[in-house]
Amino acid sequence: MNAFIEKKATYKALVVGVSAGGLKALCSILPKLPVGFPVSVIVVQHRKHMAGDYLIEYLAKRCQLAVQLALPSQPITPGSIYIAPTGYHLLVERNATFSLSIDARVNYSIPAIDVLFESAAICYQHQLIGLILTGANHDGSLGLKTVKKYHGLTLVQSPDSAEYPEMPDAAIAATQVDHILPLSQIASFLTRLLMGDDHG
Amino acid sequence: MKYKFNVSQLYLFLNGTQGRTMNQLDLQNFEINQLLESIYFRYGYDFRNYARASLERKVIKRVALSGLSSVTEMNQKVLYEPEFFNLFLKDMSVTVTEMFRDPYVFKKIRQQVCSHLKTYSRINIWHAGCATGEEAYSIAVLLAEEDLLKRSRIYATDYNNHSLEIAKKGSYAIDKIAPYAQNYLEAGGQTCLSDYYQVHQQTISFHSSLQDHITFANHNLMKDQVFAQMHLIMCRNVLIYFNNALQERVVGLFKDSLVHRGFLVLGEKESLEFNAHGKAFEEFGKNERIYRKKSDL
Repeated sequence: MNAFIEKKATYKALVVGVSAGGLKALCSILPKLPVGFPVSVIVVQHRKHMAGDYLIEYLAKRCQLAVQLALPSQPITPGSIYIAPTGYHLLVERNATFSLSIDARVNYSIPAIDVLFESAAICYQHQLIGLILTGANHDGSLGLKTVKKYHGLTLVQSPDSAEYPEMPDAAIAATQVDHILPLSQIASFLTRLLMGDDHG
Repeated sequence: MKYKFNVSQLYLFLNGTQGRTMNQLDLQNFEINQLLESIYFRYGYDFRNYARASLERKVIKRVALSGLSSVTEMNQKVLYEPEFFNLFLKDMSVTVTEMFRDPYVFKKIRQQVCSHLKTYSRINIWHAGCATGEEAYSIAVLLAEEDLLKRSRIYATDYNNHSLEIAKKGSYAIDKIAPYAQNYLEAGGQTCLSDYYQVHQQTISFHSSLQDHITFANHNLMKDQVFAQMHLIMCRNVLIYFNNALQERVVGLFKDSLVHRGFLVLGEKESLEFNAHGKAFEEFGKNERIYRKKSDL
């Protein structure tokens, strides 16, 4: 069943959830995604709410794809990397635009990975890829389960390659994930999957 | 060949001919539409123009928490049990709010908006969507320090009576205060936040000298009208919950309510860029999302 879906699906979006140790993990994946990468990349990185948010700037300098803050009502276009703002939950509406909320924290977090993943799963269903990376909590495990429920593809960074293995461990415990990948291989796996064997 | 369909199979068949198959999520969407119609019909709250994803999340959570089998079962309970509807209304009001959220915004109000407010003998401020009141008390503290509170009236409104009850009490858990006090200082606070409240065991209560200048009242941005002329309107992180149609209605209300050259403060991720009434305002603080009503031509 999975092989069938993987082969047949034309994916539209990749949601990424990452917490402690995230900067290093993101920097070993996002800069390697090539121009022409055919899906939208949407990232929740847990971090504190404050005025200056340097993550966007930092990643933009290193990535081939455009990196931007995810803002309300913005259409989500392929080949762009969107980062959830601090202090808000980021959600994907059914019409593939972003919305924000300051609803209660989920897993002590705002933005919460579960909130992004669950809303994106409703929008994109089998056309979604969910990826859980390093982190020291359990956020994202229910979200990844929802991605699986609607026949999306589920990926987790292998706990032994994670700076903080707790979040990958929790995701693996909650869901029969499709692929567990070492950090160094995630970018090439994604480009091969989405762009064919010539890439990655 | 002879076809024999029951109604639901026929429905699936018809959908199939339009190139889509009916799945569980399409059904859920339909059920939520019905639920929102019921709420509007029965109680007059119009959530049909709310951004859907966060609303859907709350509905699904309520279905699970109350041990219901579907949104349709919830719909039935909403229609016949006002108490159950109140529970859902409470779910809708849970927000993460804090005092002096985004301190740089309050600093800008203190440093650059207050000098304009000072020119009025009576100052009316509308805090629209005040939730549990933390920001209304923040602005009251700020006005007190700028020596403007005594001639100010803050109308802090929300559609949710449950939130308003908490706001009126002005009591908050003491363990939340440390970050508020930090925000207060970053916002240019002149003394110490503790000068404005008393501590009773695990809670703090703001002084009545602040409360005396705040009127907490029910006002529903979805359907109610302008109720007074305002010099400053604060409406932060409310528009993010609305779709474009409702955002336009609300900004239209603010435009009509503001005096000539009055101020409007939105949340840090909200803007008037795509709003039909945006042309009636000019940017006063770009980063702070402070707008000023233009002169009427």
